[in-house]
Amino acid sequence: MELVIAITLGVLTSTGVYLILRARTFSVVLGLTLLSHGVNLFLFSMGRLTTASPAVIGLVENYTDPLPQALVLTAIVISFSMTAFVVVLALKAAVELRSDHVDGEDPNEDRQ
Amino acid sequence: MDIGLLVFLPVLGAIASLLSRLKRPGPDHVQRHALVALIAPAICLLLLLSYLPRIQSGEALVYSLSWVPEIGLGLAFRLDGLSWLFATLITGIGCLIIVYARYYFAGKDTAGRFFILIQLFMTAMLGIVLSENLLFMLVFWELTSLVSFLLIGFTWSSRNARRGARMSLVITGGGGLALLGGILLLGQIVGSYQITDVLAATDTIVSDDRYPLTLSLILLGAFTKSAQAPFHLWLPHAMAAPTPVSAYLHSATMVKAGLFLMARLHPAMGDTELWFSLITITGMVTLMVGAFVAMFMHDIKGLLAYSTISHLGLITLLIGMGSEMAMAAALFHLTVHALFKAPLFMMAGIVDQATGSRDMRNINGLWRTMPALMLITAVPAAAMAGLPLMSGYLSKKMLFSESLLVTAPHWATTLIPVWVTVAGLFSVAYSVRIFHNVFFNGQPVDLPHWPPRRKPAGMLIPLFILASASLLVGLAPQATYDTVIHLAVMATSMTHLPLYDFSELSDAQGPAMMSMIAMLGGVVFYLARGPLFAIHRQLPDVDAKNIFEQIMQQSIRFAQSLVYRLENGSLQRYLAFILVAAIAPALWMLTGYTGWQGPSALTEVNPMVVFGAVILCLSAIGVALFHHQRLPALLLLSVTGLFVTLAFAQFSAPDLALTQLSVEVMAVVIMMLALSFLPQTSPRESGAGRIARDLVLAGLAGTGIALFAYAVLTRPAETISGYFLANSVPGGGGTNVVNVILVDFRGFDTLGEITVLGIAAVAVFAFTRDLHLKERVASAGTAKGFAEPHPVILQMVSRMALPIALLVSAFIFLRGHNMPGGGFIAGLVTAVALTLQYMAGGLVWAQERMLTHFRPLIGAGLLIATATGLGSWVVGYPFLTSAFSHMDWPLIGEFELATALLFDLGVYTTVVGATLLILANLGKLMTVAGPGQEVG
Repeated sequence: MELVIAITLGVLTSTGVYLILRARTFSVVLGLTLLSHGVNLFLFSMGRLTTASPAVIGLVENYTDPLPQALVLTAIVISFSMTAFVVVLALKAAVELRSDHVDGEDPNEDRQ
Repeated sequence: MDIGLLVFLPVLGAIASLLSRLKRPGPDHVQRHALVALIAPAICLLLLLSYLPRIQSGEALVYSLSWVPEIGLGLAFRLDGLSWLFATLITGIGCLIIVYARYYFAGKDTAGRFFILIQLFMTAMLGIVLSENLLFMLVFWELTSLVSFLLIGFTWSSRNARRGARMSLVITGGGGLALLGGILLLGQIVGSYQITDVLAATDTIVSDDRYPLTLSLILLGAFTKSAQAPFHLWLPHAMAAPTPVSAYLHSATMVKAGLFLMARLHPAMGDTELWFSLITITGMVTLMVGAFVAMFMHDIKGLLAYSTISHLGLITLLIGMGSEMAMAAALFHLTVHALFKAPLFMMAGIVDQATGSRDMRNINGLWRTMPALMLITAVPAAAMAGLPLMSGYLSKKMLFSESLLVTAPHWATTLIPVWVTVAGLFSVAYSVRIFHNVFFNGQPVDLPHWPPRRKPAGMLIPLFILASASLLVGLAPQATYDTVIHLAVMATSMTHLPLYDFSELSDAQGPAMMSMIAMLGGVVFYLARGPLFAIHRQLPDVDAKNIFEQIMQQSIRFAQSLVYRLENGSLQRYLAFILVAAIAPALWMLTGYTGWQGPSALTEVNPMVVFGAVILCLSAIGVALFHHQRLPALLLLSVTGLFVTLAFAQFSAPDLALTQLSVEVMAVVIMMLALSFLPQTSPRESGAGRIARDLVLAGLAGTGIALFAYAVLTRPAETISGYFLANSVPGGGGTNVVNVILVDFRGFDTLGEITVLGIAAVAVFAFTRDLHLKERVASAGTAKGFAEPHPVILQMVSRMALPIALLVSAFIFLRGHNMPGGGFIAGLVTAVALTLQYMAGGLVWAQERMLTHFRPLIGAGLLIATATGLGSWVVGYPFLTSAFSHMDWPLIGEFELATALLFDLGVYTTVVGATLLILANLGKLMTVAGPGQEVG
């Protein structure tokens, strides 16, 4: 089980890192989203993964660790707001600079 | 305390000068400036003189004030014989320079600036010689370099001045860096930066492995400052400074700082073979190079500059020899040199201003027009030549007699005496030349001003005083030595030694012979100067400045190419660098680590989870593979998000699952909106090399995370959550621990977080405000599916769904404290429901029906949350302490009324406002009205 989780986290990180290294802003946004999924799951799994034991007092006998959950909940909302911000930034850059390349200009523009 | 006052008085003086400069310049403004500037140095000098009795009793006055004790940095001052000698020279000559400058700058607007800088320099210099703490001394050391830079570039309109200033800054500043390294090492070896401790730790220092490196670095600093070969290049170019600066900084004081440092550290680091060879050889080379070049200079100041270099080399040589007597000779000559070189520079300034030239081929026969100047100059010139009865004669004889006493190493025993005799010969030659050429030697040739302009007699006062002092030292050497120099020598050797006996010196045969040879040879050399100059002209002309400029240009080009490689404007490259910087150390540290498998047993594999994980991985890989097709990639990304949600649900995190689900909806909607304005595909532009590089980086990052996760998951958990679980109900009044943590235990974090959310939303609002998409993006929104933007069925269903959705969100909100739910999730659900209305009915339709704007909503939410926190403050509890009570509501059951609920309301309001502000403003871009109308 632990192996499955670890591999999933690795895949999310790898795909995220690969995508943020791409040249177009939209790919970078996709990569950031994948990366934040990875990070959120990683933080979450630091509290160990247990099934059917939510941290609601009185509902079950053994509680899972609520602290990583609280941290991740804020992380989700923050990464959402950052995603929205980056999307609009990319949009603004694409319009103002007439290119959605991360450097703001098409590398081949001069040759065309 | 008054030792500290000594250092900072000139700063006060500089401020006074600054204020006096504010006053409108009148006819006598230079006089006023000079008087103001004279106050602080004069007080310093008087203070120093008042200390003399205590210094003479052998006392080392130390005053210290701890500043940053953690790194051994303190405000500490030390006044012993050595620092007293230097401080007195600095302030005494400083006063005379100010008097001189009053005439030199007469009628010039720049005078005020000069007086400010010269006093700042005085502080820096006093700081160097009076600091007890080595780090503190270094600060002043760098300050002298900076002020020297400003003073050399005083006439910044001149290219020569700017280049000279830059050259001196680069060389002395570079040396300062080396010195910093050396002092840090010394501090590590000794364990303290206090000079008292350093001087007491000789054995530790000398026997340490780092001693050679430490000594080399410190000497590098000293040599660059004191213009020792090959770092002497900057000094001749520093002559672009006004003459008072040359006389003060570049002959009498600043260039002696390196010598001071060597003398100061001699008891701690000296008397080793390394000390002897490094310093002696450098001193010998400098002595000879300076004397030789000075011989052939035609510029008066140039000659004096190279002669200064030569004399600095001489003193360095003596310090290198290191015996008590050599040290006595070094400090004696240092004083003597300051006394004769400063008036010679002053003479050069007067001649320059009077005749408009400094070229000795043109300036001749001035004795007719300037007899007083000639008479006064005769004394320092004779001292420089080392004629009998003059102070320079004595110090030269001291040098000769010390050179004869050198017994080891073998090479030095005959070389040094011969060497110093030859150098002495040169110095006689150039001293005769400067005096004879300027005041005699026939008639002047083509001088810009002839007859020379008359200079006020007052300008001669400082020359006269210095020349008299020089004469006095020469006539009464024993008294001078006993009164001041002996104390300094004791400080450099840390022993009580017998007084230097000058009568013994006058009886010695060897030194007298050497002096005679040098004197006769020098005169012969001068008489034969015609043919010698002709030979010298044949020699290749090596201009140090050009070489230096070339080196500068090359290093700038090298730096540029390096910068271009590191920083070529490509964000992709920067990101790759950052990733490499993160991955490489981890890879380096963790290669060969075998403890990835922890002690805990692996849990059983659940087929459902495996299935979900496979889909999660496949969809993520799919996003990466198909990211060129943007819409499919986005759809695959939403699959990933959905399965992340499921993972949260599976592993006992209902709150997270609910949050992730609603966030996922919003995020995908936002990205789709953005995508409609962006190109639908990404071009395939990465080369194979780039893709391979990125795959390696991504693979390493992923492997690292996977290994870390595995390592942690296979180890037993240690958590600090026990407190939260135990106190959730009694302390926070809620059974949903995650929510209680958010709104109560860690409420401050949540407050910060919703603030971030609000700021992001407002930033989006600001960005989209003036965005004109329709006109600018050619490929965007090619009207695909725009024909029927708002399907009727969607409109009807969404309107019916709204009340239900709002009811659900209210339910989630209210139960949040006890069951999964809460402000975040309820806010997101509300936002999703309202977003649906926007999508179905259109922006204008929905906007008309909104009861409020969104920005006030964000503000209100933040206010509610903050006010709740402040409320508990008002009643005497820490910020955000919650109070609660339970009450029964009919039909709903037991209900809990907590201030945390109020806080959660703030969260809810902010989330709704922020999310809708983002969405509505992105959506607004699609409308025909465009950005014309503000939304939110």
